[in-house]
Amino acid sequence: MKRLLSYLKEFRREALLAPALKMLEAFFDLFVPLVTADIINKGIGGGSRSYILTHVGLLILLGLLGFAISISAQYFAARAAVGTTSRLRRALFDHIQSFGFGEIDKLGTGTLITRMTSDMTQVQNGINLFLRLFLRSPFIVFGAMIMAFTISAKAALIFAAAIPILSLIIFGLMRLTRPLYRRVQGRLDSLTASVREDLTGVRVVRAFRREKAETERFQSENERLLKAQIRVGRLSALMNPLTFAVVNTALIVLIGTGALEIHAGELAQGDLIALVNYLNQILIELVKLANLIVQVARALASADRVDEILSIEPGMTYGDREIDCGARGVCAVVFDHVSMTYPGAGGESLHDISFTAMPGETIGVIGGTGSGKSTLVHLIPRFYDRTEGQIRLFGSDVKELNRESLDKAVAIALQKAQLFSGTIRSNLAMGNKEADDEALWKALDAAQASEFVKGREGGLDAPVEQGGRNFSGGQRQRLAVARALAADPRILILDDSASALDYATDAALRKAIRAMSGRMTLFVVSQRANSVMQADRIIVLENGRMAGLGTHEELMKECEVYRDIYESQFKKEAAK
Amino acid sequence: MKKKDEKSRSRMKGTPARVLKLIKPYRAFVILSLLTAAVSVAGQLFIPILTGNAIDYMADQGRVDFASVTRIAVYIGIAMALSAAAQYVLGTVNNYVTFHVTCDLRNLAARKIERLPLSYLDTHLTGDLVSRVIADADLLSDGLLMGFTQLFTGVLTILGTLVFMLRVSLPIALVVILVTPLSLVAASYIANKTYRFFQLQSEVRGRETALVNESIEGMKVIHAFGGEQESLRVFDEVNEELEDASLKATFYSSLTNPATRFVNSVVYAGVILTGALFALSGGITVGQLSVFLTYANQYTKPFNEISGVVTELANALASAARIFELLDAEEDPADDLDARELHPEDIDGHVTLDHVDFSYVPDKPLIEDLTLDVLPGRRVAIVGPTGSGKTTLINLLMRFYDVDEGAILLGGTDIRKIRRQNLRAAYGMVLQETWLKAGTIAENIAYGDPGAVREKIVEAAKAARAHGFISRLPQGYDTPISEDGGQLSQGEKQLLCIARVMLSLPPMLILDEATSSIDTRTELKIQNAMARMMEGRTSFIVAHRLSTIREADVILVLADGHIVEKGTHGELLEKGGFYARLYHSQFEGVSI
Repeated sequence: MKRLLSYLKEFRREALLAPALKMLEAFFDLFVPLVTADIINKGIGGGSRSYILTHVGLLILLGLLGFAISISAQYFAARAAVGTTSRLRRALFDHIQSFGFGEIDKLGTGTLITRMTSDMTQVQNGINLFLRLFLRSPFIVFGAMIMAFTISAKAALIFAAAIPILSLIIFGLMRLTRPLYRRVQGRLDSLTASVREDLTGVRVVRAFRREKAETERFQSENERLLKAQIRVGRLSALMNPLTFAVVNTALIVLIGTGALEIHAGELAQGDLIALVNYLNQILIELVKLANLIVQVARALASADRVDEILSIEPGMTYGDREIDCGARGVCAVVFDHVSMTYPGAGGESLHDISFTAMPGETIGVIGGTGSGKSTLVHLIPRFYDRTEGQIRLFGSDVKELNRESLDKAVAIALQKAQLFSGTIRSNLAMGNKEADDEALWKALDAAQASEFVKGREGGLDAPVEQGGRNFSGGQRQRLAVARALAADPRILILDDSASALDYATDAALRKAIRAMSGRMTLFVVSQRANSVMQADRIIVLENGRMAGLGTHEELMKECEVYRDIYESQFKKEAAK
Repeated sequence: MKKKDEKSRSRMKGTPARVLKLIKPYRAFVILSLLTAAVSVAGQLFIPILTGNAIDYMADQGRVDFASVTRIAVYIGIAMALSAAAQYVLGTVNNYVTFHVTCDLRNLAARKIERLPLSYLDTHLTGDLVSRVIADADLLSDGLLMGFTQLFTGVLTILGTLVFMLRVSLPIALVVILVTPLSLVAASYIANKTYRFFQLQSEVRGRETALVNESIEGMKVIHAFGGEQESLRVFDEVNEELEDASLKATFYSSLTNPATRFVNSVVYAGVILTGALFALSGGITVGQLSVFLTYANQYTKPFNEISGVVTELANALASAARIFELLDAEEDPADDLDARELHPEDIDGHVTLDHVDFSYVPDKPLIEDLTLDVLPGRRVAIVGPTGSGKTTLINLLMRFYDVDEGAILLGGTDIRKIRRQNLRAAYGMVLQETWLKAGTIAENIAYGDPGAVREKIVEAAKAARAHGFISRLPQGYDTPISEDGGQLSQGEKQLLCIARVMLSLPPMLILDEATSSIDTRTELKIQNAMARMMEGRTSFIVAHRLSTIREADVILVLADGHIVEKGTHGELLEKGGFYARLYHSQFEGVSI
């Protein structure tokens, strides 16, 4: 909660002005019963027409003032609420960006999206209402009490007794409903996930004729949400009748006391009317509060959920060492007895891996499904941290390198080619803002992508739709490779990034990349032997362990796993 | 702009009636809600009268009628108790109705989604559909709840106070009646103005949601390229736009309350003026005037609320219209009445494509005049460049889409004359997109047959060579996996998809890039199982990896929706055409 308040601080002025002005408005409101009492006591009592007229004029003036003040208050409240939420949303986005792969894997995208969107809307509404009401309401309530004291101390004691009870009801109910609203938001999360799943998996659902089962699952999630809503509704429905009962009990007591006081001549009739008016004002204010408190309680629950994400510290911290790629004779990449276990996993994904790669070398990585190929190359740009051993890039431990130079030195084309809405240019230039057209076209040429890019209207400036859905799978992959090339990295990793390409394109792509690479170290991850067989050295992985390391020829002689892989792809052909 | 307005207006048309229809099953509760609202309002209105009467009994020092005051105090107590009880019932009933209506509407939407044609789902953004089912339904629920709680009581309060006021004093009542609607005029003027800002706000919010969606889904790539700064910059742009739109919508809509309150304070002053002047001439008592003042307050208060509710309800109805739009989308046509019931044992696997034409977009023909006869048990491989129509063919076989011209026959029957469920049950399908559901590994393998016993699941996993990695998972077959398969590699996910089909083993198979992410050695190992699976089953195989399809009985080479080559592996190689070129590129020593 503290963290959220710190964002409100930036709008300190607005956040203070809004309730202050609201109080001022309420202050004028409190005068209304006084003026009214005067009109009744002195105007009617004294039979003065002019007194009545001037004081009615005063009432209208008070209304006008209240109007002006109230508008300003609304503005400042809106400004503070919207501004704070906007900053908070930015901070959350920024914070999510700081997460490592581990955190993203663990949290899942669905809940992060809900928290960035629907929870934020709740928070904004909550702050707005809070600024407008939560100071105004107590002020009116206490103000009414103080005004009551000026009329009759004895009668005002009734107010003083009722107010603690009322606060107890309001804050007690808020406290009780907050966790229940959290549950409602959580259920909404699961329901969202359920619809998303239905939509993304629609082909499989239909192929397996599970439409009914999926609908039933949705319905049961929906039912759970309904139950949670009804449960919290039952509690929050208490707010109105309870406050109503307390205020009216106070009214009965007030009438009783008033009767005695008037009888004793200590109170005028008009005074009692004013007191009743104050009590009514309290009631009106509380009814308003009760109607909105539901939203504030929901907002608090959402704020908790946002805070939960903000309080997750990214598990990875970076050093401040610059990468030094210039030194001659230094290995580009060194794996020194590296082991890796994913958090929460049952066993090691990599075990005791050691190898070196020099600048300009091409390293092939091959192995079966789940053998740890991707894990191995994901350790180079530090997507995850190894659990044992050491990884050095150009002589420095990756953990000591600063983030920027690490990102600049290593570029990767991932298996799942993800593009972003924008233009082809904005996608290609992700890793290198300075890249000019010539460099981009060179990257596209090498990635075998220039032909279809030229075919698009606008060329480099052709639009890319959300997630790149206006490109085919193979085109996306080639653009992802071009993006990695355009970053002009010292270490380039192709993580099985040509799986959707046919062999001819794949081969041409590798050839072109090799031709332009110079002193770049290239990692090629693949299941295809012919994608890695020309590499300077090939790492063969089997169940997370190094099964072989060497050239194609060496491995064919010495490494059974490699021979198996090769033969699974070539033997039959060779026999023909 | 104008056209858009008209369109959205016509979309709005009938929405209130449809919302009412949704509420209809709960009409008993709605009546209860109205009754309790009436009781609660009556109590709330009666108490000021009683209070006024009580005050009239205490005119001055020594002139207080204690017996009457006590009697009235008891009445107030009774009115309070009744009203409070009614308020609680009212609140609970309103919650009940609103949440049930929303729940029902969501269920309708979910059932609808299952019946929508793929052509609809393929052309609409997932995020947008999700937000209709979730966010829009929520907005409707908020609006309905506010409507129920405040509109009913508001209107009743206005009517009630009117009656009471008319009974006390006609002229003063007339003043109130004449002036108060001014506040509604002010409110509707503001509501009209702000509607535009609300629309802008939801439009920008939608764009930001889409951006957030994309960024979080692609966070790994952003991370890999150090693109955080740039991505934050793009986010900032939209975020600032949203801040701006949101500020306008929030501020302008919040003007309603001060404006109506101002009008009301004028009304109040008017009542005092008239009342005081009347009292001077002895027209009413001071007690009556006090009652009147309370009424003036009570009468105008609901106007404040109603003006707020009207905006809220308009928003809610706009959201409801978005859901109804989804519910109105054209469904997959129901199975023909005379559609054949087809049991798996009746399926011979003879598939015929008879002069099939198909296109996704009317003037962009994709498949034209495709004819093909696949004899039972044959293995058909489909090869061709991206966009040549391979996946489309599968969409047609499964009836995800219907052909435009011609027909597809299964065992001599037009597939449109077979019940969809039966037709789809006839195929086992493995797609390149490895969709897994959130659940355990075992649940995913048994997706086609949820009742399958564990031995059967393990057997299928072993056949698909998935047993090995599953055993290495922390909880084996009971390991839960998240939405998109979490930490499983692409290849592992694909193995699970194969195991899923191995478990149910339908009479025909569709394999769309089924092994693209599986390494060739594992592939070789599951090949026996695959071969056994395909034995005697008509199979359609799409693959880039030619080794997978080498042993097909017939290879179709597709280009631009036409079959350009057709034959066995040997025949096509001999022919030296498109296929041969593709095949050789795999083995020619391409130097790196």
